[in-house]
Amino acid sequence: MAHSDGITKPKTRRSKRFLETREPKLLENVKNAMIMKGGNSSQTVTQALKDIYSLKKPSAVLYKKKNITRPFEDSTSLEFFSKKSDCSLFLFGSHNKKRPNNLIFGRLFDFHVLDMIELGVEKFISLSEFKISKCPEGTKPMLVFAGEAFEIDNELKRLKSLLIDFFRGPTVPAVRLAGLEHVLHFTAVDGKIYLRSYRCLLKKSGCRTPRIELEEIGPSLDLVLRRTHLASDDLYKLAHKQPKALKPKKKKNISHDAFGTKFGRVHMQKQDLSKLQTRKMKGLKKRKREVVVEEEQSSEPKVAKTEN
Amino acid sequence: MAACSVEELLAKAEQEEAEKLKTISVQKELDLDFDVGNLLACDKNRIESRDFKEQKKEDFLRALARDNTQLLINEIWKLPTERVEEAIVAKLPEPATRLPREKPPPKPKPPTKWEQFAKLKGIQKKKKTNMVWDETAKEWRRRWGYKRANDDTKDWLIEVPQTSDPNEDQFAKRVQAKKERVAKNEFNRLKNIARAQKIKTPGVGLLPRPKQSKDELSRAVSVAKTSTASAGRFQDRLPKEKPPKNAGKRRKFEPLIGDFSSEKQKQLELLKVMDSKRPKLDITKAVNKQMREEDREEAASKKKGRKGGAAGRPKGKGGKGKGGRAGGGKAGGGGKRRGKPGKR
Repeated sequence: MAHSDGITKPKTRRSKRFLETREPKLLENVKNAMIMKGGNSSQTVTQALKDIYSLKKPSAVLYKKKNITRPFEDSTSLEFFSKKSDCSLFLFGSHNKKRPNNLIFGRLFDFHVLDMIELGVEKFISLSEFKISKCPEGTKPMLVFAGEAFEIDNELKRLKSLLIDFFRGPTVPAVRLAGLEHVLHFTAVDGKIYLRSYRCLLKKSGCRTPRIELEEIGPSLDLVLRRTHLASDDLYKLAHKQPKALKPKKKKNISHDAFGTKFGRVHMQKQDLSKLQTRKMKGLKKRKREVVVEEEQSSEPKVAKTEN
Repeated sequence: MAACSVEELLAKAEQEEAEKLKTISVQKELDLDFDVGNLLACDKNRIESRDFKEQKKEDFLRALARDNTQLLINEIWKLPTERVEEAIVAKLPEPATRLPREKPPPKPKPPTKWEQFAKLKGIQKKKKTNMVWDETAKEWRRRWGYKRANDDTKDWLIEVPQTSDPNEDQFAKRVQAKKERVAKNEFNRLKNIARAQKIKTPGVGLLPRPKQSKDELSRAVSVAKTSTASAGRFQDRLPKEKPPKNAGKRRKFEPLIGDFSSEKQKQLELLKVMDSKRPKLDITKAVNKQMREEDREEAASKKKGRKGGAAGRPKGKGGKGKGGRAGGGKAGGGGKRRGKPGKR
């Protein structure tokens, strides 16, 4: 039973907790990533996979054995693995003559492939080659994307969303200011994407906000975009659907204009305009009505004579 | 004089402020997009390829990263902070970037039968304590579960009530009642699930399964046939269809006071049969039955004999054959001597 379904109930409390962590929820868990190798892989690729695994620990699983599949042609084996290990992100590394040093980043929705983007590694410097002390494992990294290509090109937009999903880590309500150490910087220039990972040192500046100095610690990858398999628009929209309970309740009848003034509508009952209280002007008060009538009467016979 | 010095002081103060801010301020053409909830910053400024190529790549990238990170840190430092156990912590807002979910959002489960009733009547759920005082054991025990309080299946003494049969096993009765309650609970739970998922549970007939067994199908056919206005009497049968085996013919009892003559006839016949000296045993039938049984025993012993040794077999067969006929003779003889309770 994939989801307990109620028919076969779990017999121990531990298994019940396990199944509860895996079922769909309102606020979701951290996305786990599965990192695996293809039929053939080079030294660069294996080292790159290991380094990305250490960046993404503990919410990642690294498979040691080779998996002879081609994600772009047949994704059933990936979907099976994701169901078994409850992972919704994957990273597949392979190497062949046509596509050397290949990394496929992908994500799944409801255990079916949503997006897959293939990147080729042109230059790779691994973690072990930087002889500097690294950040502790599990720190939430700061992500910086530079380059207008990330906004203009459609595929790079999806890649940006995928990389945010991949590297962002758990969503926390608060963060310790001294613990902001790790920075991942992605630059899109000249059709290539440069991934650099730095450790930031908070130096004293005159005021409260510190000055930043960076030291390169982590793996440095030069990537080039190869094939992509992006989800169709409606599947993408479906994946983004949030449950209604999460939406904040909108207070009715409140609107804001451009300047930020708050507007609301007040509904009144129908008013009797004759009894409306207006400003009193004593001079316009209706008095001496008889005098006016007499004048009219006297004017009338004159008019009658002329007609004749 | 005083005025000059005031102006000087102000100018100095401004200069100092500017210098302080110089260390953390960064000049950019376009402002960055920040998503502080995700600790994310997006720089939309154009990166000149010329700048990129003339400098060393790493230095250029590092400088760019430093500037962007500085801006992000400036944003983060603007957030409200609080002190949590000797660490200063900034409260992050909700993440603004919309990212796809992992799994579809959970569907709300339809209420069970009890929940519907409770809502209708306005019954609230009362929180009950886990432990209950057990008088007999004089200690606190669970309300339900292993070694629960007031477990009536575990009583060592049960009074037999006046109205019940003295030979009945009261302990077994209690255990049986518990099993029935458990089964009923399970059944209701499954019915709730079926109602929630809108699965059709048939009262009589087939359950949707990929392969049906032969007798299920035949039962379904017979049910379908009988569910006509004339209870299937005028339904044609298919060419190769066999008539149903246990057609459900109910026992027909004759009316109590009906045909007097036939009743008289039946009673007289019964007396006659009881009187006569003829054997009540159908010899051929009995002999056949005996022979069949002996064949079966032979087959069973053959299998055992195969494991042990082949020697015993022919002897056994021969012996059995003679024995069979002798047995048949005996049975016949016994039958003949039926009148007297004879010893064999």
